Amino acid sequence: MSAVLASEQELSTPERGVWLTLTRDIKLAMRSKGELAQALAFFIIVVSLFPLAIGPESAVLKRIAAGVVWVCALLAVMLTLPRLFQSDYVDGTLEQLALSPYPLPLLCAGKMLAHWLSTGLPLAMVAPVLGLQFGLDASELLVMVAGLLIGTPVLTMLGAIGAALVLGVRGGSILMALLVLPLYIPVLIFGAGAVEASLAGIDATANLSLLAAMLLFGLVTTPFAAAAAVKISLD
Amino acid sequence: MSAAILEGRDLGLARGVKQLFSGLSFAVGSGHALVLRGPNGVGKTSLLRVLAGLTEADAGEVWVRAKPTQRLSAASRSAMLYIGHANALKDDFTAAENLTDQLALDANPASAGQQLEALKVVGLFERRDVLTRRLSQGQKRRIGLARLHLSRGAAHKRVWLLDEPTNALDGDGSALFLQIVDAHLAEGGVAVIATHLPMALSGKVDEMHMREIV
Repeated sequence: MSAVLASEQELSTPERGVWLTLTRDIKLAMRSKGELAQALAFFIIVVSLFPLAIGPESAVLKRIAAGVVWVCALLAVMLTLPRLFQSDYVDGTLEQLALSPYPLPLLCAGKMLAHWLSTGLPLAMVAPVLGLQFGLDASELLVMVAGLLIGTPVLTMLGAIGAALVLGVRGGSILMALLVLPLYIPVLIFGAGAVEASLAGIDATANLSLLAAMLLFGLVTTPFAAAAAVKISLD
Repeated sequence: MSAAILEGRDLGLARGVKQLFSGLSFAVGSGHALVLRGPNGVGKTSLLRVLAGLTEADAGEVWVRAKPTQRLSAASRSAMLYIGHANALKDDFTAAENLTDQLALDANPASAGQQLEALKVVGLFERRDVLTRRLSQGQKRRIGLARLHLSRGAAHKRVWLLDEPTNALDGDGSALFLQIVDAHLAEGGVAVIATHLPMALSGKVDEMHMREIV
């Protein structure tokens, strides 16, 4: 009986599970900074290719800016998704996460948060510099960054489900892209739509609010979905 | 056995077209070890994974403390400590960091001092700040021993499920492993161990020989 009490007592703070995986994954990411820089460099280079390819016609560039930045952000995030679970799956850590007394959805939430802090957040930070290449002005850049800050966590959360589902599947990364990209479409539409609206002089808050709604909905649901996907993959 | 901590009841599992086991029942009481034996591919690892809750059994139930437990339920997770073939170590962490990390996930309250002590016991004290990628296979296995050492007789994680635990360990390491398991059993713990080697445990040991089902 005392055994049961002891484990319940410790887990009176199950939210510590979020902190555990968050700090652990951030620490791991800091130990392999090269990997961290790859996604960011990919984002910067691909976005910068468009002004070079299309030429300095500012009206055209302004028109495509939001779409280009968002599509590239989406691809950059997707490139990093295998990092979420793959190495933990291979070295056996994922089994230990599943067997931890801390609830798996909370452990997954910590991993997602760490993933966003190491990919989505840096992308949003460099986006204004890239936006300048397309001739966006300050207010439009602000909307773009706000959209990325709200939207990239959604990309991570949806991606985590896909990444967990394809663990152990041969050719998993392509399959993951096929699973995840369709789910990214709403984020893309409202994220790019926010900048479009601000270009057209319309208030962008409607688009941003919809993104925020997706974020809140995702926060509540995706950790459970990712945890379920992990359990399926371990079976 | 009324005081059984861990029971398998009518467990059955097939992988693909191959039936690994069916109608498998056993009970392990407090202070007992169950040693699983049998040729490669007979399903020892699969049975351990079923007991841990990592794999869903096709039939039967796993009981913990006389209660049926769902796969990966809170009761199951707080009872089972599973060490599989994979060491669950991060190459980019030091030996000490990996130990701290594993214990934190186990919700094991061992203090930093106790962890250093455990690293001393398993002979990794001098190498505690070396990145795990630079450790030998046996040394990596010893980090797992340190984790076990600090989980002896613990209130939770009382059921140890160990898959070929002495793999890659030298003579000293294997002897140390036996000591740690004996201490765990003496404190009322339970262990299920899959192995090909003789297990000279001084506690109460049952052996289960698994055979191929044709």
